[in-house]
Amino acid sequence: MTEGTGSGDGSSTEGEQVTYLEAIRQALWEEMKTDDRVFILGEDVGNYGGAFKITEGFLEEFGDDRIIDTPISESAIVGAAIGAAQMGLRPVAEMQFIDFIAPAFDMLVNFAAKVRYRTGEGAGLVVRGPCGAGARSGPFHSQNVESYFANVAGLKMVAPATVRDAKGLLRSAIRDPDPVLYFEHKHLYRRIKGELPTGEEVEVPLGEARTHREGSDLTVITYGSMVHKAAEAADRLAEEDGVELEVLDLRTLRPLDAGAMVESVKRTNRALVAHEAPGFGGFAGEITAQLNEEAFEWLDAPVRRVTAIDTPVPYSPPLEDYHLPQVEDLATAARWLLSY
Amino acid sequence: MSTLSATQLRELYRYLYLTRALEERFENLFKQGQIVGGLYRSLGQEATAVGSAYALGEEDWVAPSIRDLGAILVRGVEPRLMLRQYMARDNPMTGGRDNTTHFTVPELGILGPISPLGTQISVLNGVALAFRVRSEDRVCLAYQGDGASRTGAHHEGMNFAAVQDLPMVAVLEHNRWAFSTPSDAEAAVEDWTDVAAAYDVPVEQVDGNHVLEVYDATRRAVGRARDGGGMQLVVAETYRMLGHAQHDDQEYVPGEELEAWRERDPLDRYEAYLDETGVADGERRREIRDDVEAGLDEAVQEALDTPRPEPSDAGSRVWADEDGPRVPWTRRSPVGYDDAPADVPPAARETGGEET
Ligand SMILES: Cc1ncc(C[n+]2csc(CCOP(=O)(O)OP(=O)(O)O)c2C)c(N)n1
Ligand SMILES: [Mg+2]
Repeated sequence: MTEGTGSGDGSSTEGEQVTYLEAIRQALWEEMKTDDRVFILGEDVGNYGGAFKITEGFLEEFGDDRIIDTPISESAIVGAAIGAAQMGLRPVAEMQFIDFIAPAFDMLVNFAAKVRYRTGEGAGLVVRGPCGAGARSGPFHSQNVESYFANVAGLKMVAPATVRDAKGLLRSAIRDPDPVLYFEHKHLYRRIKGELPTGEEVEVPLGEARTHREGSDLTVITYGSMVHKAAEAADRLAEEDGVELEVLDLRTLRPLDAGAMVESVKRTNRALVAHEAPGFGGFAGEITAQLNEEAFEWLDAPVRRVTAIDTPVPYSPPLEDYHLPQVEDLATAARWLLSY
Repeated sequence: MSTLSATQLRELYRYLYLTRALEERFENLFKQGQIVGGLYRSLGQEATAVGSAYALGEEDWVAPSIRDLGAILVRGVEPRLMLRQYMARDNPMTGGRDNTTHFTVPELGILGPISPLGTQISVLNGVALAFRVRSEDRVCLAYQGDGASRTGAHHEGMNFAAVQDLPMVAVLEHNRWAFSTPSDAEAAVEDWTDVAAAYDVPVEQVDGNHVLEVYDATRRAVGRARDGGGMQLVVAETYRMLGHAQHDDQEYVPGEELEAWRERDPLDRYEAYLDETGVADGERRREIRDDVEAGLDEAVQEALDTPRPEPSDAGSRVWADEDGPRVPWTRRSPVGYDDAPADVPPAARETGGEET
C-alpha cells in the first residue's frame, strides 16, 4: 500500500508518463475494450469528445450505442444509467461539471442509493465529473460535492489524487456492483503527470487509503488535490523545521479506510484533516469523529481541520485564493499541532 | 411593422452595436488575461436579446441567459459596470463573487441567472406571482437556450406558469446548438414552436436575426400577457456564430451553415433597413458607432483602474444577519482556538489555565 515518498504519483513501475486526464481516458477506453457492457452517456461526450476531451475518439471506435450524446438532462442521464445497470450493463455517466449533478440528486439519493437495500438488486453505475476550484470559474463550476452525498448510505465515492489512482480507481468503480461517484479534480487534469505501467493492469481497489508520504510527527489526512498541497507543506516543514509529516491519501471516501487513518495516527499521535470543500458539515468532520472514537488515547493534540471557508466559491482570483485552503494554512496548522 | 420613432430606431441600432462592440472588448480582454474563467459571446444573436428586451416596459422584469448581454444593456446596466463584472473587478453587482451575466439588479428588473441551466423560469414565476398578489400590471420575460429548454427544471417552470396563467413571456433562443450538440439531438421536435402545445400556450415564431421582427413579436406577446392572456412563448430562430465559449473553435459546425447565417447578420440587415428608410444613413451610423467606441474606451480604462476585491471580502455576505468576516483559524494572529484568548499558546493551555 505504501508507494514511495513525495514523488507525486508514487508509482515505481517502469512505464509511460501520462497526465491525470489521460489516465482517466485510458481507464474508460480499456474497460470499454474489454467489456462490451460498459457504455458512456452524457452531454457532448460523443461528437465533441467531452468538454475536457476525455472521450475524444471514442465515438469513432465504439459507435453511438455505447457513446451516447444526451440532451441537457442530468436526471434522465442518471436515471437511464440506473436502469441499464439493473439490466446488467455497466454505465458511466458523465456530468459536464460535477456541480451539475444537482439535478440528478433525486435519482442518486432516492433511486440508486436505496435500490439494493430495498430490493436486493444493485445498480452498478459510475457517475463521474470534474470537481474542484482554482480555475477562476465561479460558484457553479468549482464545487466539491462529496459531503452533499456523504450522509447517504448506498453510494460509494472516490476522489483520486494521482495518475495511477485516477486510472485504477476508475477501473474498480466501473467493475463495482454498486453506484460509485467518481470525483476527478479539474485542476489536476493536465497539471500532474505520472508513470503508468504499459501492458499491465493498474489495480487500485476501492476502500483502501494510500500513504503518499511517510512521516513520524503528524498525519495529514486528505484526498483529491489537497494531497499535493499537503505534500508541499510537508516538504516545507521538513526543510524549515526538521519535522516529518505523513500524508495519508484516502482515495476512497466511502467506504472509508478508517483502519489506515487510525494506524497512522497511532504512530504520529497528531492528526490534521484537510479538504478543499468548506469545513462546516464537510467530510473532515466525519474523519475527526472517527479518530476521536478510535484513537483518542494516542492523540497528543486535538484533531484539527484545514478547509475552505464557509462560503460559495467566489470568482475573482483574490477572493478564490482567500476562500481556498492554501499550503501556508497547512503549514501553520501543522506547526500549531506540533507545538503540543 | 413597428411603430417605433426614428429616435427609437436609432437607439435600437446603438444597442445592437454596443452589444457587439462590448463583446469584442471582452474578447480582447480575455486574450490579455484580464477576463478569467469562461467567456461566452452572443455574436449573431444580438437582435434576439436587444429586440425582445426593447419591447418591455420599465416596470417589467427579465431573466437573461448567458448570451443576453444585449437585454441587460437595454435594461440599463452601464457598460463600465459590465466590464468590471466580467473582469472580476470590484463592482456593485457581485463584488467579484460571480461572473458574466450572473447578477440581479432589482431596480432594473433583472433577475440574475445561475449556471445550472433551466432554472430561471421557475424563479421568475415567483416574481410574476408577486406582481399578481400585489395587483401590479407587470410582465416577466424569461430567456432560455434551446438546450436549456430541455431540462426538467425548465419544463416544470413552463408548466407552472401556464397552469397559473402568469404574465410570463418565454423567449426560446433557437440558435441550433447546445455546446456541441445540434438542436435535433436536443429535441425530437423539428419545429420548435411545437413545444408550446405541451403547455397549451400561444406561440410566435420569429426571425431572431431581424431586430424589428423580434421587437414586434415580443411586444405582441407582452401585450397579451399583460392583458391576462397568461404565458406566451416566442421562438427566435437564430444562430450561434462562435464556439460555445472562447475555448471552443466549433470545428463541428458545418462551414456552409455558418456562411449562410453570416449573410443574415443582424447588424448588417438592420443597417440595410436604416439605409432604405433613411432613418440613419452611413454618416449618422458612424457617429453612433464612434460615440459607442469612445464610451467603451473610457469604460475599459475605468475597469482597468478598478482594483480587484480585497481578498477577505470573500468571507462576508453569506447570511443577512451574520456578515462575517470568515477568517480561517490558520490566518489569525496569533493562531489558536477560535474562541480561546489569543495570547495563550496551545502548549500553555494544555496544562490547564483558561480551559475547563
Ligand atoms: C444543468 C446543466 N448542465 C450542463 C451545463 C453545462 N452547459 C453550459 S451551457 C451548455 C449548453 C447550453 O445550450 P443552450 O441552452 O442551447 O444555450 P446556448 O449556449 O446555445 O446559448 C451546457 C451543456 C449547465 N450549465 N447546466
Ligand atoms: Mg442553444
